[in-house]
Amino acid sequence: MSKTVLIVDDSASMRQLVSFTLKDAGYDVIAAVDGKDALGKLNGIKVEMIITDLNMPNLNGIDFIRQVRQTAGYKFTPIVMLTTESQEARKSEGRQAGASGWIVKPFTPDQLVSVVKKFIR
Amino acid sequence: MSSSSDRHKEVFREEAHELLTELEQSLLELENTPGDSEQIGRAFRALHTIKGSGSMFGFDEVVAFAHELETVFDLVRNGEIPVTKELIGITLESGDLLRRMLDSETGWQEAVASLVQRLRELVPAGAPSPSGPAAKMKEQKDPEKDRDAPQVTYRIRFRPSLSILSTGTDPLLLIDELGQLGECKAIVQTEAVPDIDSIDPEACYLYWDIILTTGKGMNAIRDVFIFVEGDSGLSIDILDEKGSLGGEANYKKLGEILIERGDLSRDDLENILRNTKRLGETLVEAGLVGPGKVASALAEQQYMREKRRTLKEAEAASSIRVPSSRLDKLADLIGELVTMQARLSQFSLVNNSPELSAIAEGVEHLTEELRDTIMNVRLVPIETVFGKLRRIVRDLSNDLGKEVELEIEGGETELDKSLIEKLGDPLVHLVRNSMDHGIEPPEVREACGKPRKGVIHLSAAHSGANVLIRIVDDGKGLDAAAIKAKAIEKGLIPQGAEMTDREVCQLIFASGLSTAKEVTKVSGRGVGMDVVKKNIESLRGTIEVESWKGQGTDITLRLPLTLAIIDGLLVKIGDGHFVIPLSIVGECVEMASAKKAGRNGRRIANVRGEIVPYISLRDLFAISGAPPETEQIVIIETDGRKVGLLVDHVIGENQTVIKTLGGTFRDIDWISGATILGDGSVALIVAAGQIVSGLNAKRWRRPPARRNKKG
Repeated sequence: MSKTVLIVDDSASMRQLVSFTLKDAGYDVIAAVDGKDALGKLNGIKVEMIITDLNMPNLNGIDFIRQVRQTAGYKFTPIVMLTTESQEARKSEGRQAGASGWIVKPFTPDQLVSVVKKFIR
Repeated sequence: MSSSSDRHKEVFREEAHELLTELEQSLLELENTPGDSEQIGRAFRALHTIKGSGSMFGFDEVVAFAHELETVFDLVRNGEIPVTKELIGITLESGDLLRRMLDSETGWQEAVASLVQRLRELVPAGAPSPSGPAAKMKEQKDPEKDRDAPQVTYRIRFRPSLSILSTGTDPLLLIDELGQLGECKAIVQTEAVPDIDSIDPEACYLYWDIILTTGKGMNAIRDVFIFVEGDSGLSIDILDEKGSLGGEANYKKLGEILIERGDLSRDDLENILRNTKRLGETLVEAGLVGPGKVASALAEQQYMREKRRTLKEAEAASSIRVPSSRLDKLADLIGELVTMQARLSQFSLVNNSPELSAIAEGVEHLTEELRDTIMNVRLVPIETVFGKLRRIVRDLSNDLGKEVELEIEGGETELDKSLIEKLGDPLVHLVRNSMDHGIEPPEVREACGKPRKGVIHLSAAHSGANVLIRIVDDGKGLDAAAIKAKAIEKGLIPQGAEMTDREVCQLIFASGLSTAKEVTKVSGRGVGMDVVKKNIESLRGTIEVESWKGQGTDITLRLPLTLAIIDGLLVKIGDGHFVIPLSIVGECVEMASAKKAGRNGRRIANVRGEIVPYISLRDLFAISGAPPETEQIVIIETDGRKVGLLVDHVIGENQTVIKTLGGTFRDIDWISGATILGDGSVALIVAAGQIVSGLNAKRWRRPPARRNKKG
């Protein structure tokens, strides 16, 4: 049974690229457009991993991570954030909020898959 | 893939246009309410997303330009620069330009350059300068390139933080990932797991010791742990690099590994070692180290042993033959380098510049290492000479009708190739001598209660910077009384000279006293012992004999490891510098002139109650001028006795590159060569052994009444 990854990004092209790449690698993908949308979609369903952008309207990535960690059932879910190289400070903020790792944009599909494999088999 | 990536690009283009519209709207809002932080955030986010997503789809120029804009809006967002009409104008223009860039390939470069220029003028000096975002990606790709890099073995201790699981990281997956880098052995450590009733089921108490051999480099390993490195303990040590493997197939002892890892202190180890039980068991029993740690260290030991064994085999095949002339040339050059380095050190000493002396020190270390390396390259096992002797012993046994067994020990001892070449003849002579004059015929031996078969024991061993070669036979030994009588007869020693048997034995090396013909009446062969001694001394070695009548003789050769460069003791007499080979120097003591005078002109020093005769090099070399108030005595040990050499000053240790003296000076016995010092001046190398033995012979030959006028 394939594992499910939730991707959260306000950029449609990013969502498309990430979900395309992950589906290609054999994962199921659920996409959300921002933190608020994502929290709504989680709602008790089984998700093996979350990949989230940081800069998003409504509920940004950091606050989203914090809330996921406080939600029953997602305490140990790996959360990887998508950052750009100019966001060092946000990266550590994200880690404190409970992120498991990060990917720096731009990244190649292979890099994305290898990071995902760090957390789920 | 290209069709799908084209599709992604198309989606991004549409999205970017939407974002640019967002940007435009927020800008127009800002024109009315310049301080509206929500609108500033909206503009920033639009630019940020264009940049972030654009980089994913290869819109490098768009990304670079958006990055410039983002930098400015980041500053605006932080309140560092205000929203001005000018800024809004430039940004709107930029937005229009970005649209053009998204849609067409060319025709916008100049416009971009001028807008970037205007944007940068808005940024106050000292603000972080925009950096090209494309560089990162190349960096990340790099490790893949190094697939053929040399295999390195690492010791990794990964100690996850207790809370690692709550950040969604499974440590086992990381260890699996390590395993994909190369050959990997992981040992889990369970000692930190608490009792079941105090355990926190959400915490990770385990940690891992991992041995990994990979060609992908340290960075690839760190990349595996990149997300946990800050919170978790991670230490990576290089155990072994291919090519510089520490030789033997036996890897470190268990205790050494534990100490190196900081799991055990040396004191504790030494205490435990006094027991004779297996170390691992004992350590666990004593509660010093947990069984897991021992198992882990043992695993490392075994792993490395196997690794080295296989490598050793590979290495054996990878040696190359080089003409020895090339090595000689290299050694010569390094000799010159040592001389130059000495000049550099001297120069830096005079100039007193910290930077220069740091360089000089660096060069010194490198030269020393280079010197040791080249010497190592030139080393040849002495077995090559010893092998030759086996044949000689066999042939001679038949000729002489004696039964002799040659025992060889330490044939693997290495010394300089040129020494080996010159050592052949003296050794052959010494072994022949032992067979000729030492070992008795079988019947005589039986009559003396010895086994019929005589034994010549040939051994070589390292002793500091020297090689000791011993030729021991169980023959009839030297007859000290006969030698002494002969020496008196030949005028080598005065009638009634008081000498120990040991001193008498050394007389066999004096020229003019051939033990071979005169003392034992057995026909001698080839060169005499005096030639052997000269040969050995020309190699800067010494030779000593000890003998027990009826029991055998023990001849010991002490040779330097190499000929080209020696460690010397630099001394000064008058204005001249001299070098005494450090290998024979025992100690240096001061000699106050007052004390000297009180000795009644006799050249004897009292060194901590021991009587040591000394020679004044100033007098010996006829150096004019008065000696200083306090002179120094360098005490050397040669021919089994201590002799002092009186000099003005002892300067210190010196790496001495030996230059041979030209043919003109060949007959000078007391100087064995010269060397060039750091300041360019020449120092002569004192042939201490020859001086002492030469003077001994003289003293015995001439009436002791002859005394130096200076006293």
